[in-house]
Amino acid sequence: MNYIEFLLWVRGPAFQIAIAVLVFGISFRLLEILLLGRSPEYAAPRGSAVWGGFRTLLTRTLSEESIFRRAPLVIIAGYVFHLGLFIVILLLVPHILVFKDLLGFSWSGLPTPLIDAIAVITLLALFILLINRIKHPVLRFLSTSADYFAWVITFLPLLTGYMAYHHMVNPYPFILGLHILSVEILMIFFPFTKLMHAFTLVIARWYNGANAGHKGVQA
Amino acid sequence: MSVATFERGYNAFKEQIDAPIASFFSSCVRCGICAEACLFFTETGDPKYTPIYKLEPLRKVWEQEYTLLGKFKALFGLTSKLTDAELAEWKELVYNGCTLCGRCSMVCPVGNDLVYMIRRAREGMVAAGHAPEGLINASKRAITTGSPMGIKLPALQAQINHVEKDTGLKIPVDEVGAEYLVLLSSMEIINFPEYLEAIAKIMQQVGKTWTIASAAFEATNSGIQIGAADIAKELVNRVVTAAEKLQVKTVISPECGHAYTAIRWEGPNLIGRPFTFEVKHILEVLDEFREQGQLKTLGFESARLTFHDPCQLVRRGGVVEQPRHLLKMVASNFVEMSDHGKMNWCCGGGGGHSAIEEAHEIRTQVFQRKKNQLEELQVEKLVTACANCRIVMEEGLESYEMQLPIVGLTEMLAKHLATSNENN
Amino acid sequence: MSKYPTIGESLRHQGISRRDFLKFCTAVASIMALPAAMIPKIAEALEGTPKQSAIWLSFQECTGCTESLTRSHAPTLEGLILDLISLDYHHTLQAAAGTAAESAREAAMQGNKGNYLVIVDGSIPLGNLGYSTIAGISNVDMLKEVVAGAKAVVAVGTCAAYGGIPHAAPNPTGAVSVESLITDKPIINIPGCPPIPMVIAGVVAHFVTFGQLPHLDSLKRPLSFFGQTIHDRCYRRPFYDKGLFAESFDDEGAKQGWCLYKLGCKGPVTYNACATTKWNDGVSFPIESGHGCLGCSEPDFWDAGSFYKPLAVPISGVIKATTGYALAAGAAVGVASGAINRLKRYQARQDHETVTITDLERNPK
Repeated sequence: MNYIEFLLWVRGPAFQIAIAVLVFGISFRLLEILLLGRSPEYAAPRGSAVWGGFRTLLTRTLSEESIFRRAPLVIIAGYVFHLGLFIVILLLVPHILVFKDLLGFSWSGLPTPLIDAIAVITLLALFILLINRIKHPVLRFLSTSADYFAWVITFLPLLTGYMAYHHMVNPYPFILGLHILSVEILMIFFPFTKLMHAFTLVIARWYNGANAGHKGVQA
Repeated sequence: MSVATFERGYNAFKEQIDAPIASFFSSCVRCGICAEACLFFTETGDPKYTPIYKLEPLRKVWEQEYTLLGKFKALFGLTSKLTDAELAEWKELVYNGCTLCGRCSMVCPVGNDLVYMIRRAREGMVAAGHAPEGLINASKRAITTGSPMGIKLPALQAQINHVEKDTGLKIPVDEVGAEYLVLLSSMEIINFPEYLEAIAKIMQQVGKTWTIASAAFEATNSGIQIGAADIAKELVNRVVTAAEKLQVKTVISPECGHAYTAIRWEGPNLIGRPFTFEVKHILEVLDEFREQGQLKTLGFESARLTFHDPCQLVRRGGVVEQPRHLLKMVASNFVEMSDHGKMNWCCGGGGGHSAIEEAHEIRTQVFQRKKNQLEELQVEKLVTACANCRIVMEEGLESYEMQLPIVGLTEMLAKHLATSNENN
Repeated sequence: MSKYPTIGESLRHQGISRRDFLKFCTAVASIMALPAAMIPKIAEALEGTPKQSAIWLSFQECTGCTESLTRSHAPTLEGLILDLISLDYHHTLQAAAGTAAESAREAAMQGNKGNYLVIVDGSIPLGNLGYSTIAGISNVDMLKEVVAGAKAVVAVGTCAAYGGIPHAAPNPTGAVSVESLITDKPIINIPGCPPIPMVIAGVVAHFVTFGQLPHLDSLKRPLSFFGQTIHDRCYRRPFYDKGLFAESFDDEGAKQGWCLYKLGCKGPVTYNACATTKWNDGVSFPIESGHGCLGCSEPDFWDAGSFYKPLAVPISGVIKATTGYALAAGAAVGVASGAINRLKRYQARQDHETVTITDLERNPK
């Protein structure tokens, strides 16, 4: 297989496999969670569970001030890498074109050198978080191989994307292919790792907020 | 005669898992933020007290029993089955290392309601026979004598007589048709009879009818603390039966955090139907009296004082503003702690923790948090609205040789009550 | 070999002066991208080198490659090649036909055994050898026969280099490239549909001058012409970096000459010299004329998705259908798993033994 055949494979069959696994995994895992249901609530409400749910869904995005003071590194680096990922994934023109092709609509992107700088910052933030995971007593204690694996498959698409943009590996179609492949690996493992939190946190925050909202507490 | 077995515990874990729990475990990214909210971690620095780690047994059952992925993992030998030894090991984390304060649930970035899960994990621990002795004994006493501290009706009767003599007011018992049914916690009966006295005076001032039920005077629910819904249900049922028999409109939960959670929020779910009466915390009731202009006070506490929010009242109960409104009536120098309201720090003895004798040492250790908060403020008095918090904090202050009087808010209000005599 | 005059002799025979010869050498150096200092060496080498015998084989092709070469812009280029080599066999260009033509090929093979250059355009069908024959000889047989005595093989055009359009899915003729059949001879690929004439000339000149093939990339292409992508050298590249793209072929962006990436330009993954050498006497190249690069000098360019879909976009095929099926399958598995889970929990709740104060311990006291 030469590099062009590799590129065609990752843009073709491999992408189909990846998106199929991604969609399959997300739909089955979300249903598996939601179908467990919950017991009826008989206690008289003090507030609205529904509004509490939506409220927490939004407000939990921000950190509680006293917690921020205790763990500024994880929180700042966490914000930086999440925002960085969103920007790089959603605002780089070639990526937008993929979404346009798959979804049928699009939006405008940012200049590539700007995305490039954001990618560097995102890579750094992820790297800092890895070091922190290894060094911090709680994180080292909690982490399993699955956590490091999730880090690797999140880090690689950014790294290969950066390397492709800067022609750090020749020929270019090969590193472009590696970049796409790394994204496909991410897509395939996404539903079966903690990365799934991107979807399930909506459910989790909602339930948490609803539990609190029912009691009149703003969680 | 049945006994606790690992299988019963495992089955109980299976019974507890629902969509919220599945979404919480699916969402955890092991960021460690929950540890920073937990006073057992912040005061000991031991990572095993990270809240999500305390749920490892429950997580295992969820993964292996309720996820296809977990079943595959088990098929390929990638996961190990939950063992009795693990439960024995986790007993210390689930009970001695947690007061069900729920601070972790407020900070988890993905929104995991961790304390919701720990409460349910305790169901499995109890059924497997891994509950702490202190809580087992409290539960036994609650069922057999009516109170976790073993206080029987005659003891209450003695206190009632005492209060009646002191105040000259009648303490109504088993009066059908009274508006309010007043519950008490054992600690209030034994240690803080001022509470009962305060209720009598306030009710007198606002002119409301109330009663105590001889069949259900105890509000504390050991079943909730140990994590046995069946026991909790039986205890709640006593109150429900009494309230319905006496045809009261409102049941007043006393100055006790878990009692409120038990009767107000878990109660209807435990008996599987809505109540026919309302349940309110005493502070909610007092604040209503205040709003309606029925509660009249005279004079102010001049001492610099602060308020300790009982976790089950604020974070897990929604009674946040009421104590502040009431404090403003009677305190001229009220200051807030650094973390207050829904983000308060636990006294260190909630969730049945104070009943676990062998956890005394760690309880004292984690009290440092409250100690630091209090030292920061330099207050002369500490007000709270939970007899359990009060006892735990009194013990804590004593351990650190701090002199600081603690009073119940209801009692403090009663002290400033503009009595009818004075009004005349 | 002696039957061919040296290049110097041949040029003098045509009345070319020493001055013109040096100009010729300069042209050779420039198309080979060699420094001016090399010109005397080239002159020295060419002076004494006999004209190179070359056999041009055309298989499944469209003659576009030959057309490209014969329409080369530099006035000397076509002549240059013919000055450097003795083109002993070429269907399209030779006057001879039939047996005479085949005899010329055989004569060249005999006379220059081990020294002649084979230039191939077109792919070779293996599906049925009868799909393409010359004088009753199948393409594969002729290729193997001719290459057996060759010094090197030059695969001109994408068909010869990689199979090209005949090789495109579903490849009805079973077309293959030269390099998939020939493994024991030096091969150089000059892909392109068609290839740039100056590149063909440059490679031939290099071979004749130095007697060996130039440096090649992993796809056996001369690095001097295929070292960079179209995108790397494209004059519209700054617009890509700024994020200025034509959204359609007649919008304002297109009129402003903005980047054609969104319109499917394959420049970023296409190695070729179009952006620098350009076409038609340096007039233009596709991107300059307002159309994206098709990527014709890369293998399988015909199968790399629509020419008008951006490079980043997956080569669709049946993505929407696949995704739909996957969603349905996921939902089905999720519902099944959910049902099993609910049943299991129902069973657990059925199995629940009421916890009383007598069974809180393992060994009740």
